[in-house]
Amino acid sequence: MASSFLEIGLEAGRRWQKLTAGDRPWIRVGTALCGEAAGAFEVAAAVESELASQGVSAEVSRVGCLGLCFAEPLLDVQLPGGHRVFYGNVDPTSVAEIVSAHVGDGAPVTAMALGYLAQEGSDAPVPDGIPDLDQHPMRVWENRIALKNAGNIDPMDIHQYVANGGYQALHKALTDLDPQKTLDEVKASGLRGRGGAAFPTATKWSFLAGNPATEKYVLCNCEEGDPGAFNDKNILESDPGTLVEGVIIAGYATGASKGYIFIRHGHNGPIDRCRAAVDQARELGFLGENIMGSDFSYEIEIALTGDSYVAGEESALMEAIEGKRAMPRFRPPFPAQFGLFGKPTNINNVKTLAYIPEIVSKGGEWFAGIGHDTSTGTVILCLTGPLKYTGMVEVPLGINLKDVIYEAAGGMRDGKTLKLLQTGGPLGGVLGADNIDLVLDFEILRDAGAIVGAGGIIAADETACIVDLTRSLIAFCQYESCGKCFPCRMGMSHLLEVLERICDLEGTPDDLTLMRSVGENMQAGSLCGHGQLGFNPVSSALRYFGPEFDAHIIDRTCPTGTCLTPRFSPAESRR
Amino acid sequence: MSGLEQRIHDAVHGQTQPTVTVLSSLLAVEDELGYIPKEALDFVAGFSKATVNDVWAVASFYPNFRFEPPAEHVVEVCWGASCHLVGAMGVFKSVLEAAGLEDEGDTLDKRLTVRFNTCLGACSQAPVMSMDHHLAGRVNPEIAGKNVARLLEQEGHGE
Ligand SMILES: Cc1cc2nc3c(=O)[nH]c(=O)nc-3n(C[C@H](O)[C@H](O)[C@H](O)COP(=O)(O)O)c2cc1C
Ligand code: SF4
Ligand code: FES
Ligand code: FES
Repeated sequence: MASSFLEIGLEAGRRWQKLTAGDRPWIRVGTALCGEAAGAFEVAAAVESELASQGVSAEVSRVGCLGLCFAEPLLDVQLPGGHRVFYGNVDPTSVAEIVSAHVGDGAPVTAMALGYLAQEGSDAPVPDGIPDLDQHPMRVWENRIALKNAGNIDPMDIHQYVANGGYQALHKALTDLDPQKTLDEVKASGLRGRGGAAFPTATKWSFLAGNPATEKYVLCNCEEGDPGAFNDKNILESDPGTLVEGVIIAGYATGASKGYIFIRHGHNGPIDRCRAAVDQARELGFLGENIMGSDFSYEIEIALTGDSYVAGEESALMEAIEGKRAMPRFRPPFPAQFGLFGKPTNINNVKTLAYIPEIVSKGGEWFAGIGHDTSTGTVILCLTGPLKYTGMVEVPLGINLKDVIYEAAGGMRDGKTLKLLQTGGPLGGVLGADNIDLVLDFEILRDAGAIVGAGGIIAADETACIVDLTRSLIAFCQYESCGKCFPCRMGMSHLLEVLERICDLEGTPDDLTLMRSVGENMQAGSLCGHGQLGFNPVSSALRYFGPEFDAHIIDRTCPTGTCLTPRFSPAESRR
Repeated sequence: MSGLEQRIHDAVHGQTQPTVTVLSSLLAVEDELGYIPKEALDFVAGFSKATVNDVWAVASFYPNFRFEPPAEHVVEVCWGASCHLVGAMGVFKSVLEAAGLEDEGDTLDKRLTVRFNTCLGACSQAPVMSMDHHLAGRVNPEIAGKNVARLLEQEGHGE
């Protein structure tokens, strides 16, 4: 029998105390996928070899990330009992200096520091001459709920998660609440799905809870194929414990017997960290039979898929877990009746489930108090494109796009101006720069022809060509069409053919009419959202940038010159 | 059993997760060998009590599977929208030139595979490429070409 939750908490607290206020400094290096691309693993290795060669003792952890991607590789030093001091864009030379001056001699390298984060409970003075990182434009707008531990804890160590409040929500649900009361909290929160469709989570859960079957499943969707979105993988890399706890609580509230976390094969960081979080939860008795001494028993399995964007669609996802082609099913029957292996099933996105522990701990009302109208809570945005500060922020819904782009992301790089925003992934849409006053709200963005979707916002400056961007989005949708139904399979190919022609400056005015009619057929006749929404990139582009299409078609010129440069697409489309 | 058959057998039987399927078995073989030989299609069919046709249907659907031995090195270049908007096309041009290829695929001497990836997951460091699955962000055509050249100087690690 595992130790009691109280004992586990005490042990976790002792370990955390030792890390943060023990006898040696703690160095945390941000190592999510984006850190990896910036060289974070090389930096972590350089830190370890500098410590060894300089004979300095410190604890080194590879943590997830704070979302300040533009400053990667990013590491921080916390002297025992002190505050965290961050260094951005570090390289082996700066590592040597940070290790000798700050870690070894206890003197922060002020000139190189990005900022400090004050630590609760520390009475050390804040470092002189170093800015407060919470005042950085990328952090001032933030309200971290799902991301509260990201970048702070070692994702491979469940005790660090527990020391920061982990598994208290599950404990509360199992001891103070029952499944119905747990579901009621989610209902009160107004939480809506963060996977794309923004469907009310409690309503979806109640379908499964109402099904009397004993074998029922909760699926967590981390397919995340949207180019420009990496927040799901990032949660798995930064704080998999929160997600795992969310999947367990979802199972409890809906009466499910098992959870599956579904991830695309090949992303080893997210997969390994999630696996460790599941295994360690089992070791501590948070999974398995009679969790925390209750009569609730539950298991979680990690399922991998091959490369397929459509595998992220809920019914295709079930096909993929069953080991088949990731092709969507006809509905009805809906997953809550006939889902994975024919059993009643509920599907949620990673972010949706990562909110659950905080909602259960702090109460649904608290969550509902954040956000805008029926778009409650926060949204986790991935800000990419030629912005000054690229990265990931968790901000309250209801925030103005202007504040996101010009304040949090610092505006465009190199003195360029904003031309457009592409939001919600390839099935989302584009917004012209005039729409910058819109607030982030599921309905408002949808009505403007774009969507919040999974939270990807890609900005483009005046050097981008709208026709070329639209072509590239449709090339993606065409490549990824699963091919099961012809309106989407053929429609995407037709759209791509026409857009290629327009890019070659050989389009005709009839081409726009042709695309519209293809788009209508796709919307009306496709089996899944891929085909139904797949015309959005084109329709939104035409809505905001009609004259630029005309320039290509009528004046036979590409105003930005983009269409005159070579383009490459995959050798062959998928099917 | 040949060496190849033994490795296929061990990969498929070595799966530890409770839900073992045609797809999971194919992924296990791909992890072990870097490709799906014909022998693996037959083996997975027998193991899963499915027809070779069923197995091929799955294998041919997911573009991560390849059906001939991998080249020594693999370079992937992202063509997702975030990368596209900050110069991915120029990166492609230079990677293909450095590889001596016209398009996605293997070089004749099997030293290098160039693949297009829809999103390498590090969009905030765009444009992104990967060399033998190690990500490199904020590349430009010049760095990308050098990355390919440097990779080709290294001995391959077999599969
Ligand atoms: C083509 C297509 C791809 C999708 N990909 C994803 C995905 O990668 N991740 C995801 O959570 N939802 C994806 N969805 C939405 C899912 O079908 C489903 O609505 C979602 O996982 C439900 O979770 P939520 O209620 O928490 O939002 C996709 C939908 C379509 C049509
Ligand atoms: S709409 Fe497209 S992706 Fe969806 S089932 Fe049809 S062909 Fe497949
Ligand atoms: S800082 Fe971690 S995702 Fe970029
Ligand atoms: S779009 Fe290139 S890494 Fe995501």
